[in-house]
Amino acid sequence: MEFFIISMLNGVSYGLLLFMLSSGLTLIFSMMGVLNFAHASFYMLGAYVGYTLSTFTGFWPALVLAPLVVGALGALFERVCLRRVHKYGHVAELLLTFGLAYVVLELVQLIWGRIALEFKPPPSLRGPLFTLINHSGQGLSMMLGAAPAELCRAADKAVRVVCSPFPATRGFMMLVAVVMLVSVWLLLTRTRIGLVIQAALTHPDMAEALGHNVPRVFMLVFGAGTALAGLAGVIGGSIFLTEPAMAATVGPVIFVVVVVGGMGSLSGAFLASLLIGVIQTFAVAFDYSLATLAEQLGLPLSQGVLSSTYVKMTLSQVAPILPFLFLVLMLIFRPRGLLGTRES
Amino acid sequence: MKTPINRSRWIIWSSFALLMGLAPLVFSSGLGITVLSQMGIAIIACLSYNILFGQGGMLSFGHAVYTGLGSFMAIHALNAATEGGLPLPVALVPLAGGLAGLGFAVLFGYVTTRKAGTTFAMITLGLGELVFAMSLMVPEFFGGEGGVSGNRMVRDGLWGITFGPPVQVYYLIAIYTFICVAAMYAFTLTPLGRMLNAVRDNPERVEFIGYDTQRVRYLAFIVAGFFAGISGGLAALNFEIVTAEVVGAARSGGYLLFTFLGGATFFFGPILGAILMVLAFVLFSEFSQAWLLYLGLIFLLMVMFAPGGIASLIMMNLRVARYGRLRELGLSYLGLAASGLVMLLGGSALVEMVYHLQLNQSEGPVFGYLGAEFDVGSVTHWAAAMSLLAVGAGLFEWTRRGFLRKWGAIQTAIEVDIKSREAVL
Amino acid sequence: MNALELKGLRKSFGKTEIIRGIDLVVQAGERVGVIGPNGAGKSTLFNLISGRLLPSSGEVRLNGKRIDGLKPYEINRLGLSRSFQITNIFPKLSVFENLRCSVLWSLGYQYSCWRFLANLDDANQRARQLMQMIHLDRKQDVLAMNLTYAEQRALEIGITIGGGADVILLDEPTAGMSRGETARFIDLIKEVTVGKTLLTVEHDMGVVFGLADKIAVVVYGEVLAFDTPEAVRANARVQEAYLGSSIADLQVAGH
Repeated sequence: MEFFIISMLNGVSYGLLLFMLSSGLTLIFSMMGVLNFAHASFYMLGAYVGYTLSTFTGFWPALVLAPLVVGALGALFERVCLRRVHKYGHVAELLLTFGLAYVVLELVQLIWGRIALEFKPPPSLRGPLFTLINHSGQGLSMMLGAAPAELCRAADKAVRVVCSPFPATRGFMMLVAVVMLVSVWLLLTRTRIGLVIQAALTHPDMAEALGHNVPRVFMLVFGAGTALAGLAGVIGGSIFLTEPAMAATVGPVIFVVVVVGGMGSLSGAFLASLLIGVIQTFAVAFDYSLATLAEQLGLPLSQGVLSSTYVKMTLSQVAPILPFLFLVLMLIFRPRGLLGTRES
Repeated sequence: MKTPINRSRWIIWSSFALLMGLAPLVFSSGLGITVLSQMGIAIIACLSYNILFGQGGMLSFGHAVYTGLGSFMAIHALNAATEGGLPLPVALVPLAGGLAGLGFAVLFGYVTTRKAGTTFAMITLGLGELVFAMSLMVPEFFGGEGGVSGNRMVRDGLWGITFGPPVQVYYLIAIYTFICVAAMYAFTLTPLGRMLNAVRDNPERVEFIGYDTQRVRYLAFIVAGFFAGISGGLAALNFEIVTAEVVGAARSGGYLLFTFLGGATFFFGPILGAILMVLAFVLFSEFSQAWLLYLGLIFLLMVMFAPGGIASLIMMNLRVARYGRLRELGLSYLGLAASGLVMLLGGSALVEMVYHLQLNQSEGPVFGYLGAEFDVGSVTHWAAAMSLLAVGAGLFEWTRRGFLRKWGAIQTAIEVDIKSREAVL
Repeated sequence: MNALELKGLRKSFGKTEIIRGIDLVVQAGERVGVIGPNGAGKSTLFNLISGRLLPSSGEVRLNGKRIDGLKPYEINRLGLSRSFQITNIFPKLSVFENLRCSVLWSLGYQYSCWRFLANLDDANQRARQLMQMIHLDRKQDVLAMNLTYAEQRALEIGITIGGGADVILLDEPTAGMSRGETARFIDLIKEVTVGKTLLTVEHDMGVVFGLADKIAVVVYGEVLAFDTPEAVRANARVQEAYLGSSIADLQVAGH
């Protein structure tokens, strides 16, 4: 039971991280029609810049500063490069961001090297947020922080005690994601600049005709989207791994999220992120394969069948391809995505 | 009306064949032959990619799936032929790759071509990642970490051809390249090829003149998959080993990058791109560890300033030359080249110094580059490189503005001339 | 059998009903002018007939066969072709190539990739014929995006009639043209649609009254009147809703 709860929370936290990334991507796409191929590269930049800043200022100031730096870089890119390519169409914009992804990867390797960096979360976040103690006699209980060792060991052999800690870093990730999303939502719906952005989202020409500096709004939104990616990078980089391959690992997954959720739909991206996050987290934990399933069902299989690769493959081995499998299935049965708008 | 066109066509195609036939006599070293072989393979791959990209407007991030799966199928067919008794001559093994490419394109293409534009690009990306991830999970087909190897040598070959010496493989590749290039060119002159262009230009209108846009894209996808598979099959023969990276995202990205650089709007553009690709991977990588960075920057600049690629730049200058005005630009081009060179020297020196700091600390602070000695500890060296870059950039920008003015004037003059000729007709 | 029949055709976008029940019967060979104020739903009607939009309810019959719900290319293959208000040509292909593309399916070449376009004599001949009909034969190799506006509109018509469809829908063919160009264009339309069933959306009253056998007045998603031009001009409801303005009179007088 506690395994389920912890895994669920882990899955949701991973899904929220994916949503932090895919929401910025969806915003940029909805507004400008540009699919930012380099979005994961800004995620990576956030981690690296965060790392460097944290060596000077510590983790918490870096958490605020790094996204600003990354957002500024994103806005600069939009102003200098992307704006020039608007007139050539969406394919050219996608190509430009594709080239940017290449360049950012090489620059990161140039400046910070090719080996993974020791970017650790601050001491205040180390250790568990809470621990679930499953005592076979007393049932499930929760304890804030780490559970002392005596509570996790059973006095006599008949009693089974399992302690499952939930890392504080994961909890922090969820908190930041929720705070960020709520503030973006509030910004878009309650402030004046938010209204302008919403207008420019669907009717850029009209918004410009009304006197708003729409190109500047585009630059702002692009910068904001990349800043969000940078923020996700600081958190993801410190919790998971900070290495040059991090962009290539998470990049395709975000694109799957965006397509599965429905291109341009924020709520679709939210749903798809959580779905993929939870499914992948659970899948990695399971060592079940078709062979073990047959065993449990009591089906007798021949030795030849049992040794076949497909039957032996465990769910945890298959886990990396699940998002892409999801993508293919979605495209076969529901090409517009979960919550995408049907093109008439 | 047809004779002059036919004559120039005969000249172009026979020169192409002649070039391919005589090349190994000029570049006869081991390196030369392998470079030429790889060029042939790359030309077929990039041209097949351009069926989708340049002719169909379909941006694919996963073309390596079809070249790679073609490679794997071909090497399995080769092994089946040499050991298992499959009656397939080695010379026809690439066709097995082609059929694999075709088959997988039929299978995957149905799902892939249901959408267009950006969504299509994302689907190809996801599918590419799927296939690459599966390559580590199914060792029987993909050979696990070590890949699948084969042996192309034929014991008693026809006319003594054993395909042992690389030159023999080169000529096989050259024959396939010539046939495939001709076939893909012919494709552009067929109804399907032309409707593919129409789909690229205006997919909606196509539906209103009786054509199913999705079907056109799907069929083009299959054609491209076939030729991609042939390219993969030739690669399998050439290297006698196929590893999982042939279906990877890096290779797909490479096809995209170099086809675009070569020029997607002209038929011969991808040929240029393929040649560049092989030269870059084999030769430029020797010059600098940062060559991928330079490549990325060149690509960015191309997208911003010359989206038609090198082919379009050549064609534009040829047009200016036909009007007899190329000489006026000579000085500007010289200036651009000179200042560009200065900028490149400064920039690359900086990049090399940073790389040395990063990676070769153990070798001490001094290293050699382009015949000069650089000391990463010396501030003057850093300052010198930076100022070289700054001066070069400044000069380049100044020359560029002058060049653009002259170029614009010439273009306007040419367009006025064209319009006046049309009005007279 | 009627060439085109609309029965109870309705279309809503969300909660807004744009087409609110249209019944129309067009005989073969008739020329129908579709007029109405802006936003009445004329283009939407064309989109519903040609398959660009799906009707919310109702029937569309082409030569007796139901075509509502079919894809645009299926409808086109059954003999209905349409032009667009905003020019919808193939910008990077030449004039000749544009026209040749429009005839390929009707001549049965489908998705073939084993024959050269240069050898398809019937397709090439038909394309040349079309070029002459729309008076663009001198601009054969000019890229469509380099034509003037009026020339592009002419090419638009050429592509529309290329496949030999019997029922032609023209959506504001003279939009954006000057008086002189419009007059020449109407003659062109008359020439190229001889013997065909024609439906034209138009704003210029002079064009409509000179070209059409019957006029359908569409106001607010419904057909107010469907009759000969004189009868429509005299119709009180139509006068109230649409005509009866001095501008309309001027336009009629001018042609």
